[in-house]
Amino acid sequence: MDDGSNRERAKNLPLICFVIFLALCVTPALAQDWVRTGSGLGVEKVRLAVPDFKPSNADPQNTALLKTFNDTFWGDLDNSGVLELISKSFYPLQTPGQPAEVTFGIWNSPPPNAAMLAFGNLGVASGKVTVQGWLYDVKNTASPQVLGKQYSDSATDEGARLIAHKFADEIIFRLGGGIQGIAESKIFFVSDRSGRKEIWMMDYDGSNQHQLTHQNTISLSPRVSPDGSRVAFSSLTKSGWDILMYSMDLNRLVSFPHFGGTNLSPAWSPDGARLAFSSSRGGHSEIYLSDSSGSGLHAMTTGRGPDVSPVWNRKTGSQIAFVSGSTGLPQVYTMEADGTNQQRMTDQGYAVSPNWSPNGQFLTLAWTRKYGPGEPGSSDIYLMDIASKQWVQLTHDGGRNDFPSWSPDGRHVVFQSSRSGKEEIWEMLADGTKLHQLTFTGRNSQPNWSWK
Amino acid sequence: MKRQSLKVFSTALVFAALLMVGACKKKAVPPPPPPPPPPASTTASISVSPDTIQPGQSSTLTWQTSNATDVSIDGIGAVKPSGSQQVSPTDSTTYHLVAKGPGGTQDATTRLTVTPAPAPPPPTSSLTDEDLFGQTIKDVYFDYDQSAVRGDQQAAIQADAAFLNQHPGINFTVEGHCDSRGSTEYNLALGDQRASAVKTALVSAGVSASRVKTISYGKEKPFCMEENEACWQQNRRGHFVYQK
Repeated sequence: MDDGSNRERAKNLPLICFVIFLALCVTPALAQDWVRTGSGLGVEKVRLAVPDFKPSNADPQNTALLKTFNDTFWGDLDNSGVLELISKSFYPLQTPGQPAEVTFGIWNSPPPNAAMLAFGNLGVASGKVTVQGWLYDVKNTASPQVLGKQYSDSATDEGARLIAHKFADEIIFRLGGGIQGIAESKIFFVSDRSGRKEIWMMDYDGSNQHQLTHQNTISLSPRVSPDGSRVAFSSLTKSGWDILMYSMDLNRLVSFPHFGGTNLSPAWSPDGARLAFSSSRGGHSEIYLSDSSGSGLHAMTTGRGPDVSPVWNRKTGSQIAFVSGSTGLPQVYTMEADGTNQQRMTDQGYAVSPNWSPNGQFLTLAWTRKYGPGEPGSSDIYLMDIASKQWVQLTHDGGRNDFPSWSPDGRHVVFQSSRSGKEEIWEMLADGTKLHQLTFTGRNSQPNWSWK
Repeated sequence: MKRQSLKVFSTALVFAALLMVGACKKKAVPPPPPPPPPPASTTASISVSPDTIQPGQSSTLTWQTSNATDVSIDGIGAVKPSGSQQVSPTDSTTYHLVAKGPGGTQDATTRLTVTPAPAPPPPTSSLTDEDLFGQTIKDVYFDYDQSAVRGDQQAAIQADAAFLNQHPGINFTVEGHCDSRGSTEYNLALGDQRASAVKTALVSAGVSASRVKTISYGKEKPFCMEENEACWQQNRRGHFVYQK
């Protein structure tokens, strides 16, 4: 490795990083650049009041479902990063559950000083939970209604959560300037809480965690297909590490060819027609491509070092980023999807786990910029602009951070971190803020966010 | 002087004896009694079959005598005039038979050779191949982020290959392991390269490739859980597992 030039660059890069970070986070005008990630960060946030929804009848189930609904709804709106939720301590004692109960003067002036008000009611009748929800522009007293919706689902926690996600997505879409909500998206991950590493999934907010696979060996690297119908993952079978395929429609494994060698880290092309993965079937681990049924297999890379962790450009489908150890410590590379034009993206350290942003412009990756015996070995999540190779460090709070995965709207990143003492899954906005923990039981790793 | 007087004395003695014989001849001799018929001569033979055994095996000793009143075999003692007996000595033995009879004493010998066990495959019968594998085979350790077999591990590779070449019936798996630093996926690929490197080194030392399976565990099955270099080194290895 060319240590000298790296050190030179290493001196300059933190400065560049700091400048970029300031530009993105502090200066609203420059932060407009940030909006190109699709995040909508930096636009002035709408002040939204969200009083708890009220029961619409006297059903005994209402209390529990209202709690689930209100918590989920608040969480969705808060996590979106496009709204400024007004603290409930500023709300009046009497909150509305119906349009007729809205007193505009209380909401549109201090202390709440809200621009928008989301309110509604929930009631259970004959096994169904029904939610009526409204979004009011409380400054526009003449014609306040922005949204008026009614949802119905099974009278379960799951049903109440789903309705909350749907209504929250509507509000985020409307107030976030056309951003598609992510409240119905899923996160696939690896958990050892059953005793072995198996593939699990959860709602994007950490609720509804449940186990998908029961391989009883070691299963890793879940990657959901763009249409959400299948999850490819890598599992230790009797013959070695194989790519396995789980059908979300059938709730079981479906057949996928056994290639021989060590097969790791599958990745879907954005059209769902092809898979890229790492295989050592030819002796060295290389990036291979096959169609989604596993046929048409061919190698994309050649070389000595291990090649692993491919990911497609989600927007164009014409490029693949991957990790290669061909020059020593693993570095992130990009190449055309036909294997040509390999470009090294990272200049030093230990760089792994690239993930391509939905708009195609950025990579997130896990990077230990100084790595080796004696180094503290802190791995952090970075964001890199592909065209300029400029980067910003997103996590700073210690622990080993790895396997970042973008949300469908390109505004959030989910990743694994050991900052709490053991590997757990965390989520943050793509600027490193709004950090919060999603898993707490067992060890959880390798999150993969659904495509929509 | 002394020798001369001895000579004179012995010459005189011979002369005196001649005189005496001459005197006897002159006397009349009575006819001698008829001599008793000479006793039948004693015969003896001994053989062993087979004449070569291994320790723990036995052989049959067979002997025959005639006109013998007292028959014995060294190391066995008095035996019947004719007979056979199983013997299983641990060392090569010469059986010496002595037959005494009125007609004299006759002896015969035969030799039973005890050869050591032909091959040492069960040198000590209590140790199985798996035990020997576990006692003999040494794991191969790697440098950080490397999958090349380093210089100080060549001795282990050569010793392992020598043992494996002596025990061609043993099949085994080489597991590639990595330390806890770094990323799950990359470490699995690195562990795969480490296991392959050990296999390649063994094959070039004469071990048949068909006996070796490789598998990577990456950092999924650490031997040591602490976060320090001593522990990381323990985890960066090609680990041998006997294939039942």
